[in-house]
Amino acid sequence: MTTQLPLPDGLADLPPGAPGTTAPPSGRRTGWRAVLPTWTPKLAIGLGLVAAVALFGLLGPLLAGDPNTIRNIGLTGPSGDHWLGTTQTGQDVLDQLTRATRGSLQIGLFVGVLATALSALVGVVGGYAGGLVDEAFSLLSNVMLVIPGLPLVIVISGFVPAEQRGSWTVVLVLALTGWASAARVLRAQTLSVRNRDYVAAAKVAGEKPWRVICVEILPNLLPVLASQFVFSVVAAILSEAGLSFLGLGASNSSTLGTMLYFAQNGFALQRDAWWWFVPPGLIIAALGCGLALVNLSLDEIINPRLRRPGRRRNTPEKADRSPNHAVRSTAA
Amino acid sequence: MRYYARKTGFYLVALWAAVTLNFFIPRMMPGNPVDILMAKLQQRGGTVGPSVRRSYELLLGADHSDSLAQQYLSYLNNLLHGDFGISVSAYPAKVSDVIGQSLPWTIALVGLATLISFVLGLTLGALVGWKRGSWLDSIIPGTTVLAAVPYFWLALILAALLSSTLNWFPLLGGYDVTYDIGWNWDFVSSAVQHGILPALTIVISSVGGWLLGMRNMMVSTAAEDYILTARAKGLRNRRVMIRYAARNAALPSVAGFATSLGFVVSGSVMTEQVFSYPGIGGRLLQAVENNDYALMQGIFLVITVAVLGANLLVDLLYGLIDPRTRAGN
Repeated sequence: MTTQLPLPDGLADLPPGAPGTTAPPSGRRTGWRAVLPTWTPKLAIGLGLVAAVALFGLLGPLLAGDPNTIRNIGLTGPSGDHWLGTTQTGQDVLDQLTRATRGSLQIGLFVGVLATALSALVGVVGGYAGGLVDEAFSLLSNVMLVIPGLPLVIVISGFVPAEQRGSWTVVLVLALTGWASAARVLRAQTLSVRNRDYVAAAKVAGEKPWRVICVEILPNLLPVLASQFVFSVVAAILSEAGLSFLGLGASNSSTLGTMLYFAQNGFALQRDAWWWFVPPGLIIAALGCGLALVNLSLDEIINPRLRRPGRRRNTPEKADRSPNHAVRSTAA
Repeated sequence: MRYYARKTGFYLVALWAAVTLNFFIPRMMPGNPVDILMAKLQQRGGTVGPSVRRSYELLLGADHSDSLAQQYLSYLNNLLHGDFGISVSAYPAKVSDVIGQSLPWTIALVGLATLISFVLGLTLGALVGWKRGSWLDSIIPGTTVLAAVPYFWLALILAALLSSTLNWFPLLGGYDVTYDIGWNWDFVSSAVQHGILPALTIVISSVGGWLLGMRNMMVSTAAEDYILTARAKGLRNRRVMIRYAARNAALPSVAGFATSLGFVVSGSVMTEQVFSYPGIGGRLLQAVENNDYALMQGIFLVITVAVLGANLLVDLLYGLIDPRTRAGN
C-alpha cells in the first residue's frame, strides 16, 4: 500500500493533479506521482497490448467494411482481398473481428464500472461504518461470493426470453454477480486506512462521514480500486465471451464470444478453418494479458514486497501483508 | 467452538439466500415459464394433471390465489422432501434422478483435475517464489497469458490438436457407449481415457492462478523473521523452504481453494459443453436450451449446495490447521 506522503505546506491548496509543478528535485515522489506505478517493461508491454486492442476496436469498425455482407466465397483462407479469410457464409472475418472487439470492450467497460462502484459502495461504506452495517454488508458479499456465479448467470439468462436479452441485461447480470470479491478486498483495505491518524483528525475536525469517505479514504484506496476495476473488466470480458459461446449472450450485439459461437456452430474446428476461430480468442487473450500485466504493476504498489529488491521506492513504512489479495489473485 | 458455530451459521444463511434467490428469479423474470413447461410436457405425451401443474407453479410462480408467503412455504416444503418436479427434457424422469445420474461424472472429472492443478500450482509456486530472481521467474508471464485465455477457447484448440489431428484421445463423451456402466474393466478404462483430455484442459487453464498466488505469498513469507532465524540456525535450504516458508505461505491458497470451488463448478459447464461430457454442467445447458425450468432450478440448487458444503468443509479444516483464525473470531 502506498502511503500518501504529506504535501508541503505551500502546495496543499493546489489540486493534487496540478501538472508538473509539484515534483521537488529531491527524487521523492509526491502527490499523484506516488500513486502511479513505476515504469517497468511489464507495465509498458501491458499498456501497449491494451492500447493496441482498444485502438483496433475503436478505429477498426470505421475502416472496415460491412461485417454482415454475404459473399459466395464461403470459408476461404486469408488472401489479399480478405486478410483473415471468410466465414461459412462469406462474411469477412476481419470486419467481423473489429466490430466484435468493440462490442466486447464496451461490455467489459460497463460491467467494470458498475461492479467496481457496487463493490466500493458495499466494501468501503461497510468497512468505514463498522458495527451492524459492516456485518450485514460483509455477510452479503460473502454470500454472493460462495454462490457459484456462472450457473447463476446461466439460470437467470435462461429465464429471460432470447428476444428480450439485450446488452444491458447481460451487463446488469454480470455486474450484479461479479462485485463480491472486490468488495471484500476493499473492505479489508478500508479497515486498515480507517484507523490512521489523519482520518481520526478529520473526524475530530467535524467532517461529515461521506466527506471522510470520499476525501480522506477513497484517494488512499485508488491503487486497490484501480486493480479491482481491471480485474472486473477482465472477468466481465471472459464471462461474456463464455455466455455468448454458450448461446446465452445478448441477442442484439456482436462480441468476440458470439463470433466463437458461430465459428463453433459452423464447424470451423472440424473444417480446419483456423482463421475463423483463432483470431477472436487471440484478441481476448491479448487484452486479458495486457490488463493482467497492468494489474501486476498495480499489485506492486499495493504490496511493496513484491517489488524486486533494488528497485525500491521511498516508502519507509513496512507494508502490511494482505492475504486477501493473494487469494483474489488465485481466484482470477 | 464459537468459530465453528459462526462458520456453520454463515453457510446456513448462504444456503437460505440461494434457495430464496432460486424462488424469486423465475418470479421476477418476464414471460410465463409454467405455460411453456406445460406445453412442452404435452408435446412429449405427458399427462398434465392438476397436481403436476401445481408443483410447477410452486417452483416457478404463477398468478393464482396463494399469497407469496404461502407459495414460499410450500416451495421450501417440497425442497425438504427432495421434490424438484419432473424433467421435461428427460421426460418422464424425475429431476432428482437426472441430477443423480450426472453428478458423479462431474465430481470425478472436475474434482480430480482441480486437486491435481492445486497441488501442482502450489509446488511450482513455492519453488518459483523461493528462487526469486533466477530463471524460474520467466514462468510468471506464461501463467499470466494462460489466465487471460478464455478457457473454452483453449479447450477447443487443445481438442482440435490432440484429438482431431493427432488422434491421441477420444474427442466427445464420457465413455464408450458400447460398454455397460458399472465397475468392470472395459468401462472404467474407457471412462479414464475419455477423461484425460478434459482434465488436461482444466489443469492447464487453472494451474497458473495457484502458481501466482503461492509465489506471491512465498515472496512475502521469505521476508519474515522466522525464516531468517531458521537460516541462522544453519538448517538446510530445502528444510527452510518446505517446513518454514511453504507451509505458512500455503495458508491463503487453502482458503482460496474453497472460494475457487465455485469457479470449478462454473468451469465444468464449459468443459462439459466443449467435450459433450455427461456431467451436471452439460445437463444445465441442455435444460436451458429445452426450457426445462424445473431441471435448471434443481441443478442450480444442487451445485450451490455442493459448493457451500465444500466451502464449509474447507473452512472447518482451516480452523484446524491455522489456530489464529479461530482466535480471531
